[in-house]
Amino acid sequence: MHPILGQFRRMVLYLAAWIPLAALLARMMATTHAIGLREALALAFPLCFVYAFVCLSAWYPCRVTPLEHTTLSKFLATHGGGAIVATALWILAGRFLAMELAQLPSFPGLDRGYTAEIPILVGTGILFYLLSVAFYYILLGIEASRDAEARVLQASMLAREAELRALKAQVNPHFLFNSLNSISALTGSDPSKAREMCILLGDFLRRTLGLGERSAIPLGEELSLIHAFLAVEKIRYGSRLRMEESVDPQALQMSVLPLLLQPLVENAVAHGIANLVDGGCIRLDVSLRDGVLSIVVENTFDPEAPLRRRNGVGLANVRQRLEARYGNRAKFGAASDVTSFRVALEFPAEQEASVS
Amino acid sequence: MSPEAHRKLRAAIVDDEDLARQVLREYLAPHADIEIVAQCANGFEAVKAVAELKPDLVFLDIQMPKLDGFEVLELLDPAPAIIFVTAHDNHAIRAFEVHAVDYLLKPVGADRFEAALARVRERLEGRGELRSSPPPSAADLAAAARPPSQYLDRIPVREGTSVVIIPAAKLDYVEAQDDYVALVSQGKKHLKQQTISSLETALDPSRFLRIHRSYIVNLERVVRLEPYAKDSYVAVLADRVQLPVSRAGYSRLRAFLDR
Repeated sequence: MHPILGQFRRMVLYLAAWIPLAALLARMMATTHAIGLREALALAFPLCFVYAFVCLSAWYPCRVTPLEHTTLSKFLATHGGGAIVATALWILAGRFLAMELAQLPSFPGLDRGYTAEIPILVGTGILFYLLSVAFYYILLGIEASRDAEARVLQASMLAREAELRALKAQVNPHFLFNSLNSISALTGSDPSKAREMCILLGDFLRRTLGLGERSAIPLGEELSLIHAFLAVEKIRYGSRLRMEESVDPQALQMSVLPLLLQPLVENAVAHGIANLVDGGCIRLDVSLRDGVLSIVVENTFDPEAPLRRRNGVGLANVRQRLEARYGNRAKFGAASDVTSFRVALEFPAEQEASVS
Repeated sequence: MSPEAHRKLRAAIVDDEDLARQVLREYLAPHADIEIVAQCANGFEAVKAVAELKPDLVFLDIQMPKLDGFEVLELLDPAPAIIFVTAHDNHAIRAFEVHAVDYLLKPVGADRFEAALARVRERLEGRGELRSSPPPSAADLAAAARPPSQYLDRIPVREGTSVVIIPAAKLDYVEAQDDYVALVSQGKKHLKQQTISSLETALDPSRFLRIHRSYIVNLERVVRLEPYAKDSYVAVLADRVQLPVSRAGYSRLRAFLDR
């Protein structure tokens, strides 16, 4: 969008700003004594009016050659060229105007006098054009800094929101209710197993406590949280729940957002394993290469199972948290083939000390 | 006392978790008048067991492999007394809309369980007197209880004791046949006890259109409209099947085809 064109108030102000410029130009033209002040004014005002519109067009080359991404030679060529073309057109327009005015009885010989004014017109034409270029670059700069401010604000809002959601999503209440129901079943049939499940559940809950306040935890800690979670689910689902894991031991020290992976594993159980009559397998792969941590959570699922919405929300939450924390240095992908669903994350590997 | 009152109550337990079934078994054990006739770990098994064994009472989990509890209920005809047993409290309203006797939340307490059984006994004893008008079919109730923003993406149909699932995208058209609808998918007809109007409300209106008192068509299958007699048309489907189009259906269909 052109900052002046198309906005009536700005346009009026802009044209008003040209009035003193036109007066100044007339005064300069009169100093040559080739024409008088009256003739100079008659030339300068229409010429400046025309040139005001010519200079509006300087916006477009400014927008396509942003200062920070342009070489000096390209910058000079663009705007130098623009200035020369604009000035040449202006001089021609002036010549035409002078010849027309010379026809009138009140301006005899103006066309001859005009030739003497050409050097002044060339100088001011180029100067006015370049001033417009500078003016537009200032506008662009203000706009860019406003955009950047808005972006920073938005990113921090997203991060805060993601944190809040992470806090809220810490423990899925249905996981708790189902686990308590399993414990209630075991108290009758197998009290020692019931006690074991109480202890596992307590272990998991304790690990999740306080995680929301920390901005990063070592991957090893997140993995033991996942193990505690799966140990509880394993009692519920029995042989239906199988787990495979391959983790690069070097990755264990790297820091991750707390509870980043646990929702993915919980999804894998709730939307994969829970819908399969004979159960299935959850695969967790963690690798570290060239300072990038890659994590894949994969699970088998029943393609005919009815869709449940929560899944999408959980994934979107993980993606937003990654984005808020790492920006475009993080990658997030979710894909499914016939019987398996796969979420892949990639983000910079950082030691804990450098984050929290 | 009628001889029926002495008959044992036959119950089925449907839950995919062994431990969850175990709790219910334990709670039922002291009740000598209740016999557990089936224990099922998924929706398909449940439909089969209920069709074969006709229990009086079914304890039904909601989130299960293959078919969820509501889809199971849709296929039970006549529907036995249902007690939903689930960890999710957000389905309760829907459960009562499909005339479930009770809705138990996991972990289930013994008192609450006894209260549910009492309600079942009440319901089953009162049943004989309430039979004056035929009850709406389970599928109609389920369709009425569906959240309005959510349309069916698949339709479970019972064939004898097994279950066929028809994805909505593969449904060509629906034909009303008395109390049933015939769902036609890939040249095969599947009968389901449901009224065509309740099925119409459950299907996505941007993909399915009622073109006639007795027909709903999948719009993607319609190839063209042909005049049939004065003021009447037939819709020709991709596999050359011709369906009658009523006058109201014609204007609705035109509006769609013109878009």
